[in-house]
Amino acid sequence: MKLPPLIGRSLNRGLAPLGGENAASLIPRARLTGPVPWVLAIMIALTVLATAGGLALSNLANSARSDLSGALTVQIVEADQELLAQQSEAAQRILTDNPAVQSLRAVPQAELDALLEPWLGTGNAVDSVPMPALIDVQLRDAADAQQIDQLQAALAEQIPNVRVDAQSDWLRPVYSALSALQYLAAVLVILLAATSAAAVWLAVRSSFAAHRETIEIVHLLGGRDDQIARIFQRSVAIDALIGGIIGLTAGLLGVMLIGSRFAGLDSGMVAGGGLGMLDWIAIAAIPFAAILIAMLTARLNVMAALRRMI
Amino acid sequence: MNEAASDIIHFDNVGLRYGTQPEVLRDLSFTLHPGSFYFLTGASGAGKTSLLKLLYLAQKPSRGAIRMYGNDVITLPREQLPQMRRRLGVVFQDFRLVNHLSAFDNVALPLRIAGVTEAELQTPVTDMLDWVGLSHRIDAVPATMSGGEQQRVAIARAVIGRPDLLVADEPTGNVDPEMAIKLLRLFEALNRLGTTVVVATHDVHLLQKVPNSLIMRLDKGRLSDPTGALRYPPRPSGPGTATAKATKSGGDS
Repeated sequence: MKLPPLIGRSLNRGLAPLGGENAASLIPRARLTGPVPWVLAIMIALTVLATAGGLALSNLANSARSDLSGALTVQIVEADQELLAQQSEAAQRILTDNPAVQSLRAVPQAELDALLEPWLGTGNAVDSVPMPALIDVQLRDAADAQQIDQLQAALAEQIPNVRVDAQSDWLRPVYSALSALQYLAAVLVILLAATSAAAVWLAVRSSFAAHRETIEIVHLLGGRDDQIARIFQRSVAIDALIGGIIGLTAGLLGVMLIGSRFAGLDSGMVAGGGLGMLDWIAIAAIPFAAILIAMLTARLNVMAALRRMI
Repeated sequence: MNEAASDIIHFDNVGLRYGTQPEVLRDLSFTLHPGSFYFLTGASGAGKTSLLKLLYLAQKPSRGAIRMYGNDVITLPREQLPQMRRRLGVVFQDFRLVNHLSAFDNVALPLRIAGVTEAELQTPVTDMLDWVGLSHRIDAVPATMSGGEQQRVAIARAVIGRPDLLVADEPTGNVDPEMAIKLLRLFEALNRLGTTVVVATHDVHLLQKVPNSLIMRLDKGRLSDPTGALRYPPRPSGPGTATAKATKSGGDS
């Protein structure tokens, strides 16, 4: 009788991992290519939109802040026009000598008139109303309360009715609203990431249940935990990659559509809300983060389930 | 016998219970010697499959000690168990083939797990399928095979890696008598090459087909001889129930 074919022990004692095509063939592809890529695609598209919105808001707020953070307005109130002119010149000298001041500009009378025109109309009425002198000051750095107090004190020595205001004070409620929106976007991104991870977790668990028999067989035939986990990681990574590409494309289309609508506003307020190179890199990284989360989830899930077998 | 301790399998006062149920295996103490051929018999529910599970490392005992190839399997680190399992070949009672894999891929599975390359495994797997008479079914998936064919694939998968210990649970239950004899010859051939073989079976006729085999009889979770004595089966032409040889297990693990 012909003896059964036997192979050398050196071969079956090998330690090489089960990988590549062999690993892939253990889990039938058709089963994992169910809802997982689509769930991930939707999650990633939403995450891309939320991230883009959050980053755009953040850029908008930062841009507005940096424009206004170093800006002050010096206001001199004096009924006597001659004295007012002298005081304005004195104030400009004091400000020019101050090292913290980068530049200043006395607001010309014509601009002041224009400011009041909607209320007082054109003509003599403006001339008969005593107008304060206004000086726009740009500091080298952001203005803090202490600096503003020092400037106020220095000016008040020579000019009794002077007042120094930080321009950012007027926009504080706007910043506060923008910050709230930023936090909202951040929370949305975190929640979506958690939901995506949960969706992958559930999908992997159900896949694991469907393949429990196969996994037990591979386990009993000497498959190591990490070998078996790799099979699932690979399957899940392929699904996540498909979902990631679809989700990123859909999300980017959404971002561009919204961006084009905002660009149409052509407003100074939203001009700083564009996305920079780093922002685009962060958005492009979302699908990769999703793939990593998916693979990690798969690994933890499979390893935990395998630990229940001896 | 004078084999090295690293070659033997030794059970010492082993008990097994599932959850809070009564013990299904009790006070099992015996030694399996390398290169021996054992039949495990007993009525349904006697604990044969549970004992086999302990042997193929699917279950840990509730009490007692098991040594396999120089290792205490109860205290062996988990990461070393796969390497131990690769020294075993198992024929499960319900075959446990991977349903979406072909006969070829099922038989190749232990080799692939062990890291054998595709080029190296083609010939042995094809030859093995040829040997069990399934060369024409190489691409068939289990769902399209008969019970007997599935069983032969399961057996081919168990022996393809030339295991040190072959454990088979009713391996001839679904095949015709001619194929049953053929499969027993395969087990004997492996046995001659040094593999310890343990075959659980109901079939008393089978016991007589392997002349130098030993019998372990389980009765309600205990070996029927409480000392773990093992007997040669009655020879077809012999006086029937004569005990040709008995070896008593020792506490020398």
